[in-house]
Amino acid sequence: MTDARIAYRRWKNRVGLSLMALAVALCLVPVVSVVFTVIANGASALRWRLLTHLPAPVGESGGIANAIIGSALLLVIAATGSVPVGIALGLYLVQRRQRPLARVARLVLDVISGIPAIVVGVFIYTIIVLPMHHFSMLAGGLALGMIMLPVFARTSEEALRGIPTTVHEGGLALGLPRRRVILRLVLRAAMPAVLTGLFLAVARVAGEAAPLMFTSLSDTDWPRSPLGPVASLPVLLYTYAISPFDEWHRQAWAAALVLMAMILTFRLVTQAYGRWRYGRKAAP
Amino acid sequence: LFLVVLAYGAWPAIRAYGLGFLFDMEWNPNPEHERYGALVFVYGTLVSSFAALAVAAPVGIAAAAFISEALYPKLRGTVALVIDILATVPSVVYGLWGIFVLAPWVRMSLQPFLAKTLGFLPLFQGAHRGLGMLCAILVLSIMLLPIIVSISLDSMRAVPATYREAALALGATRMETIMMAVLAPARSGLVGACILALGRALGETMAVTMVIGNAHRISVSLFAPANTIASTIANEFSEATTDLYSASLIYLALLLFLLTLMVNLAARLLVRRLWSGAKENTHA
Repeated sequence: MTDARIAYRRWKNRVGLSLMALAVALCLVPVVSVVFTVIANGASALRWRLLTHLPAPVGESGGIANAIIGSALLLVIAATGSVPVGIALGLYLVQRRQRPLARVARLVLDVISGIPAIVVGVFIYTIIVLPMHHFSMLAGGLALGMIMLPVFARTSEEALRGIPTTVHEGGLALGLPRRRVILRLVLRAAMPAVLTGLFLAVARVAGEAAPLMFTSLSDTDWPRSPLGPVASLPVLLYTYAISPFDEWHRQAWAAALVLMAMILTFRLVTQAYGRWRYGRKAAP
Repeated sequence: LFLVVLAYGAWPAIRAYGLGFLFDMEWNPNPEHERYGALVFVYGTLVSSFAALAVAAPVGIAAAAFISEALYPKLRGTVALVIDILATVPSVVYGLWGIFVLAPWVRMSLQPFLAKTLGFLPLFQGAHRGLGMLCAILVLSIMLLPIIVSISLDSMRAVPATYREAALALGATRMETIMMAVLAPARSGLVGACILALGRALGETMAVTMVIGNAHRISVSLFAPANTIASTIANEFSEATTDLYSASLIYLALLLFLLTLMVNLAARLLVRRLWSGAKENTHA
């Protein structure tokens, strides 16, 4: 009687655990497949020419160089847009953490981070593209910046909170005005962590295509002006992937590989940098 | 602010249709007899998101439980890294993979199999196309996995070790320990993970747009192509010629925004309760 019960429980234990192991395997299969196909297909399509030339009509061998540069420019715009706002917000959230307004700001940031990227695109389209009557790099960069902002504000808040209040108090005790205490002492001490947060946020938005489709649109030429449309890797990847041409499909795979490699190196460099800075700071 | 701007952009459509927009099945951009209704897309969005969640949630939670409770602790760091990588793969890359790897597999293997075994259900009837609702659901659920796994992992780790020890000391098998002493206390975190994932799924644009097949109709069969709110905006926004057309698309964006807003606020509440709960536990 009890033996049968114990055997049943043993059996249930084994089945349950194997089901969970199976779930892990189920999670891993698509990861491996995605990474593997991107590397395999991307590498076979990757040519030096592809990285250095403009897109060409189907049949001729074109490149994706303008999209790579366009992506980089968009990210620079997004970063310059969200850095001051993000740091200011982070400072405010740390220094005035109890005020009702800080709570509201936090809630708003949470809400913004939950907005689908495509809705951000529509939003920017309505307030910038419509009044200006054409698609522009500026609009695309702002859309990306808007997506970055909540992530970055949150990480810089964390970074600034990590600075002990004694630094702050010490500065004030020496008779420095608050402004200089914050700029010279607190911000400087928090800089490595803030930078890490910035790079992580950039890596996060680098692959976004949805907000760019009707803000920066796309282009077949080199990026020329911040007020004109500009090509970017994710959008190019999208248009190439749904096109009917094999040639473009291959380039899409290559673009995917370039994009993922960019994002991954960005992240790894950031992490290494963060570790290096913290390691050095911990030493003395 | 978002609300105001989107409502302003959508105003012509709101005035023309009011709330009836939600329940109208027509979507006809032909300038001769324009008529727009959102029901098809709302349906597509809800079906694809909830179905994706239904696939991803059990797998994700089971995998998280295995990683948290049965895996060597040393391997946990590696797993976190893999999850990290998965989370940074841009959604266009998932879409690309969906078109060229997943869709053929779905057409060649999965759909014939489902049709043979479960073909009596209206869910699994119709031509085997590959691209369509089923494919979108699968891609979405793969994209949801990292979110679900990482948040449920956190909430399982937040369960005090004494719970596990107590259950084991009472003679429970490992499976029983996991069910009683880990999953049950972590419940609110698991639910929060699912809701956050749902919010992500509702707004996911690029990958879905690329694999769902884009057809403006409601079909019971999961094999048929369909459309979601986000994919419709992505597809048609730059082609919207008349004011009413683009206003209707902005109206769609407004709907999507409200939908995700509700889902995200619900998730925040749950997750916050979990965190305060975890804090109380550590103090006790």
